[in-house]
Order: sequence, then C-alpha cells, then structure tokens
Amino acid sequence: MDWNYFLELFLGGLTRGSIYALIALGYTMVYGIIELINFAHGEIYMIGAFTALIVATVLSMLGMNQFAILICAMVAAVVYSCAYGFTVEKLAYKPLRKAPRLSALISAIGMSLFLQNYVLLAQTSDFLPFPSLIPDFEFWEPYAHVISSQELVILMTSFVVMVLLTLLIKFTKIGKAMRATAQDKVMAALVGIDVNRVISVTFIVGSATAAIGGVLIASHIGQINFYIGFIAGIKAFVAAVLGGIGSIPGAVLGSFVLGWTESFFTGYISSDYEDVFAFMFLVFILIFRPAGILGRSETQKV
Amino acid sequence: MLKLIDVQTHYGKIQALRDINIEIHQGEIITLIGANGAGKSTTLMTTCGIVPPSSGDILFNGKSIVHMNPNRIVAMGISQVPEGRHIFPYLSVKENLDMGAFLRDDTDQIRKDMNYVFEIFPILAERQHQQGGTLSGGEQQMLAISRALMAKPKLLLLDEPSLGLAPIIVRQIFDIIKKINQENNTTIFLVEQNANLALKVADRGYVMENGRITMTDSAGNLLANDDVRKAYLGI
Repeated sequence: MDWNYFLELFLGGLTRGSIYALIALGYTMVYGIIELINFAHGEIYMIGAFTALIVATVLSMLGMNQFAILICAMVAAVVYSCAYGFTVEKLAYKPLRKAPRLSALISAIGMSLFLQNYVLLAQTSDFLPFPSLIPDFEFWEPYAHVISSQELVILMTSFVVMVLLTLLIKFTKIGKAMRATAQDKVMAALVGIDVNRVISVTFIVGSATAAIGGVLIASHIGQINFYIGFIAGIKAFVAAVLGGIGSIPGAVLGSFVLGWTESFFTGYISSDYEDVFAFMFLVFILIFRPAGILGRSETQKV
Repeated sequence: MLKLIDVQTHYGKIQALRDINIEIHQGEIITLIGANGAGKSTTLMTTCGIVPPSSGDILFNGKSIVHMNPNRIVAMGISQVPEGRHIFPYLSVKENLDMGAFLRDDTDQIRKDMNYVFEIFPILAERQHQQGGTLSGGEQQMLAISRALMAKPKLLLLDEPSLGLAPIIVRQIFDIIKKINQENNTTIFLVEQNANLALKVADRGYVMENGRITMTDSAGNLLANDDVRKAYLGI
C-alpha cells in the first residue's frame, strides 16, 4: 500500500470535511432549536463568498497585501451573511413559528430560490474568478506535497472556529440558553430566557460559520457563481443528517465521515462517482442508525 | 399582589377560561382545585404569558402584565413550576439550577441560594453533575421547585407538584412549600388535584369547573363544604 497516497487522501478528506462541517453546523443548530431544515442556509454561504469577492476585488485594486485582504474579506463576509441569516429568520420563519412545520419548510425553499435568483440578477450567471486569498507559506514548502498551505489554513481555521463554538455553547450564558431552548422552549421561556433572541443568535452564529467556510472554499477552488450554495448546502445537509441532525458533535463527525468517504472512493475507485458514493454511504448509515451516527432517537418520556 | 380580572383564554376556537377572577395577597398560600381539564394549568400559563388571554386583565403589584413576553414576567418576580416538571433533560442538575437564575447576575448570592436549595434537598447536591433526565420523578420535582426558587420569585406558581409521586415524597414536598412560604415570605399559588392536601396547607382556595371559578372561600370552609367534599375529597 502506498502510504503517502493514503495520507494525501486522508488529509484531503479532512479538509473537505472541515468545510462541510462549517456549513453543517448552521443546519444542525437551527434544526436543534426550531426543528426546521433551513434550506436557505447554502445561500447564506454563497452570499458570504460573493461579499468576500467584492471586498477582495476592491481592496486588491487599492493594493493591500494578500493576508490583510483575506482578513477584511472574511470579516465583511461574516457581517453580511449574519445580517442575511438574521433577516431571513425574521421575514420567512418567525411569522410561521406556530404554523405547521411543512409551511416553514416551504418558506425555506422559497427563500433559497429567492436568494439564488437575487444574486443571479444582481451579479451574473457566469462563473466569476475568485482570487487566491490564502498565501503559500514558504516555510511549509517541504511538506506541500502532502498538504498544501491553503489546505492547512482551511484546516486550522475550521478547527479554531469549532473550538470557539464549543466553548460558546458549553460555557457561556447564551450557549446554555441555546441548549435549554433546544431542549424545552416553554420551560426556557418560564425561566426568563428570551426565546426569540436565542433563535436570532442561533441563526447569526450559523451564518457566521457558513460565511467563513464560503470564503475559504471559494479561495481554494478559485471560482464562484450563484449556484454554489445549493451543492455545498446539500452536501453539508447530508453530513448533518449522517451525524445526527440537531447534534453539534454529530455534524462535525458526519462532515469528516462524508469528506473521507468522498476522498477515498474518488482516490481509489473513480472520481466520476463522487456524489454517488457520498449518498450511497448516507443510505447505508441511515439503514443501521436511522437517527444518524450520534443522533438521539426520539423517545417520549411520559 | 396578583389579580386576574375577567380573564378569558382561547386555544384556537376552544374557550379554556371564562371570566376568571382571582386575587392573591402578599404572603398567602392560595390553592386552585378542580378536575382534569377544568382549566387550572391554563390559568397558570395565561398568568405567565405563555398562553396570552383573549380578553381581561392581569395585574401584578398593580401593573398590567397581559401583553408582556414571558421572560419579562419572570423578571418581575413570577416563577412557575409547570405540570410534568419540564426538567431540561440533557443539562446537568447544576445547570438546570443555573438556568433558574438566568436573569440574575449577583453571582455570590446565586451561590448562596444554590447552597440553600441543596440544604433543603440534599439529594440534589449529591446528583448535581448528573443529567436532569436521569433523575427519578420525585427528584425531578424537587429540582423543578429548586430551579424556580433560584429565580428568587415574589410569587411562586406550582402546578400539581404531587402528580405521580409516592405519598411520603408528596408530604415532604408540601412541608417544603410551607417552609418556603414562611421563611422567605414567598407568595404561593398552588394548583392541585389532590384537594385534601392542598386545602390543608392553603389559606384560601378557589374551585374551578369547566373553565369557570365556581366557588371561593377560606381553605377551612372549603374543606368543610359538602359539595367540595363530595366532588373533590371523595368523602
């Protein structure tokens, strides 16, 4: 066995998985709190990438250095995406909070189509080149054949974001409020938690991680269009379901499993069937663990 | 302290409460008794702002709280121990208590209050790192009451604290309700199906039938009342 090739595929899968994870976190957190599949989430990620493209183009004309542009573009993407995530919830989901769940789902699909077409009209349907914002570090040169410095930055950034998110949810007051609201909304209100505010914060946090993922992947792949949110969204959604939707460690684990599945199958078998393998694996896992790898099956205690 | 004036509440088209008038004074223990489905829990949920009334007014210390969000009502000093306990199942016992103190930021006093509830329910101190959902029914009821106390309420609403518990634990819980009322001067509004027990600790009582208040009197008089005895005390 060629261990170098294996390592390459392993790290490639890890990178891919960490991007899925950044997007999947938003799906799983929103589902955990209001039991809604937020189909517009992929579009939030896409809007993050577009914001970064616009900011990066303007700043590079001003002649800023690469790293500074990356940081500015990232911050702008996060701010913009958060604003969109917050507004989408207030406009499309909050009025339907007491309606049947299907209504909110349809509203989410509508929001997704609306945002796609809005970007299509405001920008263009063509693929736009996205500048490579992540520098190639010289000191990393000797190891670049195993993992490029771009992939390294993606991995490190995702890792830091996930650690920060875990700390937020585990130890801060708003994090505890988020968990309490996810477990029992009526009781959360009865201990004085402003449930609407917690839901808004959840959308904002999810949008922020998606935007970070959007900027990283766009810079890695080098081109974007209005449709990237759909593909990435579906994949991340699969990852979230695979890990057990509603569970945060589940979303991360599911993303890595999905990333590795794609990476190994394409590496050892054929790259034409990447998506086939990914979805086959999903079906396979769900047959044996219907609630996902770390999902809790719904048991009603009477 | 709390005054419900001609309160009506609807679930969709179904009317659950009809012209409810209840008045509770500072320091009292008031009980609301009635059969299943009479509207007792709805009365509490309406007071807390979870199910807003369709008409009527609710005054707390003279201020209308009818259109306030539940979290603002909690902030004014009303806490509820809901029916079925509603423990956060995947938060630890300690985190459940922390949630009770969600609106407070006086860390030192919160710690003191937590020690106080650990003193009245030592079992909770033992289990403080266990997940709430793993506790037994009685322990969950103790936790639910403790969590409400952590908010330092001026008015404590208790919904069927005896439901599904062994008689010895029920007695223990009722002793503690009395103790809370006497030691902290906390006003208590107690909803119960176990009318006998409730009327023994309460100062006054209201009887509810089909969404209406049908009778109100001192607890002693209600205990002696023939209709109440027949309908609710099984004598």
